[in-house]
Amino acid sequence: MSNDAMSIHPDEGREAVQVYQIFIKATPQAIWDAITRPEFTAQYFYGSRVETTAEVGTPFRYRAPDGETLWGDETVFESDPPHRLVVGWRSLYDEEAASEPASRITWEIEPQDGGFCLLTATHDHLEQSPITARNVAGAGWMMVLSGLKSVLETGSGLAA
Amino acid sequence: MDDDAVFKALADPTRRHLLDRLFEKGGRTQTELESDLPLTRFGVAKHLRILEAAGLVVIRRSGREKLHYLNPVPIRVIHDRWIDKYTVGPASALSDLRSRLEESE
Repeated sequence: MSNDAMSIHPDEGREAVQVYQIFIKATPQAIWDAITRPEFTAQYFYGSRVETTAEVGTPFRYRAPDGETLWGDETVFESDPPHRLVVGWRSLYDEEAASEPASRITWEIEPQDGGFCLLTATHDHLEQSPITARNVAGAGWMMVLSGLKSVLETGSGLAA
Repeated sequence: MDDDAVFKALADPTRRHLLDRLFEKGGRTQTELESDLPLTRFGVAKHLRILEAAGLVVIRRSGREKLHYLNPVPIRVIHDRWIDKYTVGPASALSDLRSRLEESE
């Protein structure tokens, strides 16, 4: 890659990282399932259903509640169930954000004492995607993680 | 996550200031965070440790540097647990009162 293409100042890279973390009283496998199975994402990810086998190199999609529109259509970069999943991100639900380069989400699930896990979602590679960065900050990821926690801990809306 | 630790961490102006600095721009080093505070390095480190223990600050290593990021999720959890409950309550109580008053007119 030429120097021109790498013209990002290293200091700017740091701002292009967002880190969200939450303790959840659930097993690593339960959290993994909540991230990778549509019956769970439908309950906390703005009603969208994830479509993935979580295998490296395969598609990672979010389908809108209408069952047709794609809100996300990227790829699985890394997969180490039930501990680590790295996927691409592009906000197809927003025209302006969708025109920006893809960014990256890393889900990390670390077991803690007392039946808890620490779940970390890191959204990075946002250097060239300021609109996406603004959209997902604020309530965006907070709602998702807080919703994921309550789905797993209270089982709200979980049918069998 | 321990609500007590979050409330305690938020109950200090210096720590709230540190969170505001990290909200403006994440990935700061402790040296950057010290720059506008009339505190010793030790004092700032102590506040950052309390914020980290409460889960409000996450530290990521980048080479030899420790970068600090704001993690707003515990505040959201408190919002969901406390604020939602109390904003729904009074609002519906008032609207109940209004409909009863209007009916009795």
